[in-house]
Amino acid sequence: MRAVCWNGKNDIRVETVPDPQILNSRDAIVKVTSTAICGSDLHLYNGFIPTMKKGDILGHEFMGEVVEVGKGVGNLEVGDRIAVPFAIACGKCWFCEQELYSLCDNSNPNAWMAEKAYGYATSGLFGYSHLTGGYAGGQAEYVRVPYADVGGFKIENDSLSDEQVLFLTDIFPTGYMAAENCNIQPGDTVAVWGCGPVAQFAIQSAWMLGAGRVIAIDRFPERLLLAQTWGRAEVIDYEQVDSVVDTLRELTGGRGPDACIDAVGLEAHGTTVDALYDRAKQTVRMESDRPHALRQAFQACRKGGTISIPGVYGGLIDKLNLGSAFQKGLTLKMGQTHVHKYMRPLLDRIEKGEIDPSRVITHRLSLDDAPAGYKTFRDKEDSCIKIVMKPHFDGNGHSHRHDSGRSNGIGDFGEF
Amino acid sequence: MREATALQSPHSTELSEGPHPSTEARLAALVGGAALITIAARDRSWRGVGLALAGAPLVWRGATGSWPVQRSAPEHAAEAAVPAPITASVTIGRPRQELYDFWRQLENLPQFMRHLVSVAKLDDRRSHWIGKSPVGRVEWDAEIVSEREGYSIAWSSLPGSRVHNAGSVSFEDATGGRGTVVRVEMEASPGNGLGRNLGRSLGRVLSGVTERQVHEDLRRFKNLMEAGEIPTTDGQSAGRRSAINLHNPF
Repeated sequence: MRAVCWNGKNDIRVETVPDPQILNSRDAIVKVTSTAICGSDLHLYNGFIPTMKKGDILGHEFMGEVVEVGKGVGNLEVGDRIAVPFAIACGKCWFCEQELYSLCDNSNPNAWMAEKAYGYATSGLFGYSHLTGGYAGGQAEYVRVPYADVGGFKIENDSLSDEQVLFLTDIFPTGYMAAENCNIQPGDTVAVWGCGPVAQFAIQSAWMLGAGRVIAIDRFPERLLLAQTWGRAEVIDYEQVDSVVDTLRELTGGRGPDACIDAVGLEAHGTTVDALYDRAKQTVRMESDRPHALRQAFQACRKGGTISIPGVYGGLIDKLNLGSAFQKGLTLKMGQTHVHKYMRPLLDRIEKGEIDPSRVITHRLSLDDAPAGYKTFRDKEDSCIKIVMKPHFDGNGHSHRHDSGRSNGIGDFGEF
Repeated sequence: MREATALQSPHSTELSEGPHPSTEARLAALVGGAALITIAARDRSWRGVGLALAGAPLVWRGATGSWPVQRSAPEHAAEAAVPAPITASVTIGRPRQELYDFWRQLENLPQFMRHLVSVAKLDDRRSHWIGKSPVGRVEWDAEIVSEREGYSIAWSSLPGSRVHNAGSVSFEDATGGRGTVVRVEMEASPGNGLGRNLGRSLGRVLSGVTERQVHEDLRRFKNLMEAGEIPTTDGQSAGRRSAINLHNPF
């Protein structure tokens, strides 16, 4: 089969690899009909996540059709259409029982490695380094899904297109959990750093959960525009203001946002001194993560407010003003998304027409276009916000029109 | 019986890990420290300075048997003779009796103990074990030396075995209905011959027992009992041209 393989920093190749096999009884093999490139894949592309190996198949946002099931999978049949959470969970351990699926005790075969890095091992993830299991990902024609009886979420409503439900596998639940972690009270002001895909879903979810105002911060016009039009958010272009923190203070009448969401993570960009400092230290590997957005969030958040972090962090950070969090009595909530918990309720919202997740899609590519797609997405070229690939659509390397027939309102890049 | 004593003294670790290291530990410190300094000498940078600083105390310890800043303490000669057992624990979300029953069926052990090929029951207390080691297969007979139904099992290789393998496992209810705490204590050293320290280390290698191994065995036991299978990526697809072994080496 064809698969998107990581071969080093800035080196993504589409290669022919062996088809996946059932390795354990609770596995299923899925023919991937749609798969997306996630912002967190860019951290792999840019070489910031350790324990990647040449040849690793990428991709943790995918859905498709079941083509084979292990004998331990009683609730799926060949032909079922399923969406698969990016976190792999056994469904049986204490953490799964608490619906903390991304903290599953049993799904990471390299738990020893994660224990060294983090003290205790978290769940396996698809296509996301050997620290989280080294599982082959779903940017491929076929993928092996471990614990498919727990992870295979059936999409039985055929009137929903792949593009409407694909993001149930990661970014919609991730944005939703980020908003849920804000403990939003009616009328609260929620500030969101970043206007990428997760941020867009965090904005949508903040409204769903009762926010009174949402303020979004980014520098790319197309992303700010989507946050404004689709997200009904007030926006701050951080390159146009002297201080994001001061601007937020003014916008909130001197009070500060009730909750701050860092939907940027370890590769934050910035124009201030601390951002340059991070960049320099990260370059020489003296700091693994660049927490520029998080620093601003700490400073901007109102007293007693909440910091919610859906953006990925992997290691050490510098010059974080913990004092501001302590003295202001902030609550910090973070972590990989417990995707399984959110799929059913969020699918209900999609079915009711409350939200159309396909609005974030700007690019539709074939699998063979993945290397160019990663670059376009990383460099935010061509107003790229979200890329979806259809591994079985066209063997000639040509992409195709999307299947939902929708436009995101900021330009449709469906034709390539 | 020395084995039994070792099994029954969970605190012997602290006694045997006195300030004076074993001969091979000193040798390791000497070699490791010298290596760091050698690398440092080639690396004319701040990194090199750091490596040299890290290497120096190791060389000191290798040569003198103590850390440069460590005050000497009286040697616990008697206690030092008691081998340090390997201990590990895990909490498993299954009932105590179920876990006990699975373990007591010793034939099940190779399902989660990777260094074992098979365990065959000889009678209710005695069994024949086949294990893997870096030098090939090793075989020994063992017997259950004590057990408490539903709570603990202790076993030991029989006198005269080429490999000494002894261990105990206990099962206790975790608080708040969180399953069962399983604790393992393993002892391993050859029956006789060789210097005591070297012999113990070699025995562990031969019987495949290291602290890491016991820890990983327990994790696989948990995987198996909770999820019904042990997670793996062995044999999955990848764009690799050569067969690189990526699975858990433990």
